[in-house]
Amino acid sequence: MPMSAKEIEDLIRARLPDAEITIKDLAGDGDHYAAQVISESFRGKSRVQQHQIIYDALRGNMGGALHALALQTGAPD
Amino acid sequence: MSPETVQSWIDQQVKTNNVVLFMKGTKEMPQCGFSGRVTQILNYLGIDFKDINVLEDMSVREGIKAYTNWPTIPQLYVKGEFVGGADIISEMFQSGELEQHLAEKGVEVSKAVA
Repeated sequence: MPMSAKEIEDLIRARLPDAEITIKDLAGDGDHYAAQVISESFRGKSRVQQHQIIYDALRGNMGGALHALALQTGAPD
Repeated sequence: MSPETVQSWIDQQVKTNNVVLFMKGTKEMPQCGFSGRVTQILNYLGIDFKDINVLEDMSVREGIKAYTNWPTIPQLYVKGEFVGGADIISEMFQSGELEQHLAEKGVEVSKAVA
């Protein structure tokens, strides 16, 4: 069951209330998205750790309902 | 393989090979765009790496995700350490961070382009 951009944004925002989230639908099939997430809680964390926070926020949908999510993460400049 | 044996098998692969890529398909024939992209980057940098085709064994495909709490394939390991998936490796490659990381870990890079 594909996910909508809004569902992804809501799940990420629930975990990172301060985040600036931009989601692009890459293929229009609810399965391939690109997301840019900027949040203070990423400061000082490695890219792997930042992406793991997003994957945890998506509660197991990643790799299942959501096949591809190209992630760009970072702390505000 | 059983969940327990697959975790120790993965651990052994990761620790006994300098560079290991858990991917869909093989380095000669990647079967997913993301796996293909990382394979291209490693080939461009002239890095000798072990490819493990997770499509051949579902227990490995699921086991690797539990091994690092990372839900997607491909996964790149250098000297026993998880470096990242397709996004992170692409980002690191473009910024030159990947070559630096490999050099720091003592992995030989022989760029195809001098």
